[in-house]
Amino acid sequence: MAKEITLGQYYPVDSPIHRMDPRTKLAGTIIYIVALFIAEGPLAYVLSAAFLFWGIKVSRVPLNYMMRGLKPIIMILLFSAVFNLFLVEGTPIVKIWRLTITWEGLFRAIYMSIRLVFLIMASSLMTFTTTPNQLTDGLEVGLAPLKKIKVPVHEIAMMMSIALRFIPILVDETDKITKAQTARGADFENGKLIERVKNMIPLLVPLFISAFRRASDLAMAMEARCYQGGEGRTKMKPLRYTKLDRNGYLALFAYLMVIILLKIFL
Amino acid sequence: MSMIKIKDLIYNYIKHDEEGNVAEENRALDDVDLKINEGEFVAILGRNGSGKSTLAKHMNGLLLPSEGAIWISGMDTADEDKLWKIRQTAGMVFQNPDNQIIGSVVEEDVGFGPENLGVPTEEIWQRVEKSLEEVGMIAYRKSSPNRLSGGQKQRVAIAGVMAMKPRCIILDEPTAMLDPNGRSEVIRTVRELNQLEGITVVLITHYMEEAAHADRVVVMKHGCKMLEGSPREVFAQVEVIKDSGLDVPQVTELAYRLRKRGLDIPEGILSTQELTDALKAAYTGCTSR
Repeated sequence: MAKEITLGQYYPVDSPIHRMDPRTKLAGTIIYIVALFIAEGPLAYVLSAAFLFWGIKVSRVPLNYMMRGLKPIIMILLFSAVFNLFLVEGTPIVKIWRLTITWEGLFRAIYMSIRLVFLIMASSLMTFTTTPNQLTDGLEVGLAPLKKIKVPVHEIAMMMSIALRFIPILVDETDKITKAQTARGADFENGKLIERVKNMIPLLVPLFISAFRRASDLAMAMEARCYQGGEGRTKMKPLRYTKLDRNGYLALFAYLMVIILLKIFL
Repeated sequence: MSMIKIKDLIYNYIKHDEEGNVAEENRALDDVDLKINEGEFVAILGRNGSGKSTLAKHMNGLLLPSEGAIWISGMDTADEDKLWKIRQTAGMVFQNPDNQIIGSVVEEDVGFGPENLGVPTEEIWQRVEKSLEEVGMIAYRKSSPNRLSGGQKQRVAIAGVMAMKPRCIILDEPTAMLDPNGRSEVIRTVRELNQLEGITVVLITHYMEEAAHADRVVVMKHGCKMLEGSPREVFAQVEVIKDSGLDVPQVTELAYRLRKRGLDIPEGILSTQELTDALKAAYTGCTSR
């Protein structure tokens, strides 16, 4: 199950989107998501889809690779779709026992699902095309004003990038421990909820111990490589806006404007 | 000036109880003296608990001596102002390759050290490229470290240290978690750095075969220096080595046993080739007589 989490995994190919400044991509994702929630009517959704798939095409990340990131949210998707389908009031289509499906509900369900799917895809497009380090660099610069009110921006960014780097390692470790404990008779699959939670203890304790050990090793390795916090540090990949970013912003704002105009005039 | 100079080094691991009082004191290093010259390849051998890793951590200022002192190219590690200069001069590679790679892309990880040193951007790129070439990992510069083999990860870690332009590399059991292929990969890289770039190498290990390439071998036991000398001198003392809980290379052991049985071959044989030659010589010596 854990293997399916593709969020936060960089997909190493070279494309204009990969080359963009992480700040552009962060801002772009936010703008896209805002636009998704403004969007109304089929035309706006078609436009959103076109914009997203155009972005994916340019990024050269395979579509099915991106689709894999959707698997973990299928349940949430179904839930919201079903609830919308039955609970929205309006013109009824069919009536089964006490439940009524309405036209409004049907549309709402479809729109909600599309919105969620696009939201996840847009954010994974960002993480697939941006290395976690660039991403945290982008956040670090973006949040820099908060330093004035003593928010440890550099430290937070460093923590995030390390956390992202260790996700796959800890996932592997969880798999290993699960197998080892299953071989010793631990049962992770049966029983009631409370029992199952209790059964997680033999998985969580070794996982935490190992995570702490890794953290201590990593801290030592960072110190050995002269890490002394953010001060006096230079960047291997300093953030620089290029023509690509200008074009990216232009495309984004054009898209946002169209969505807003559609909402006002349609 | 010697690269590393250690004088009367004593280190106690102190365990504290819940109130913060000293509960237990373990002497990990007991009066160690050692001198390592610039450009030398020194292997430090010892079984678990012999104090070899503790010694390595002193060479980088990660641990400070309880008594005695250690100088890295003339700088005392107890001098806090010099700490970062020391860590730049004497780079360190650790055992677990996963736990020392910070970047999510190979080249970003190699750039981590120079970034910390405040090297200008353009020079960082040059250094990253050069160090990745030196360890033969330039083709993987854009890869994710998670997709590399253990040996490759260790080479990336070595490149990360090399990018800081150290004069000395300390490797703390870099091969302990690798398969035989990865092991020879890493050792080859380290030897090349030593021979081509003139980097001083301190290799901590418990594999005898790796020590056979060194200029000098130091054997540790219970925090003390047991033996010191060229691999040939050290491996000639098979009994002492076995006594400190280590094994000699297989071929050395075979030669030792043959010699004990009265075969006329030299002491301290280190490679299969050497043994074959010695046996051939012994055989022709026999038949011509």
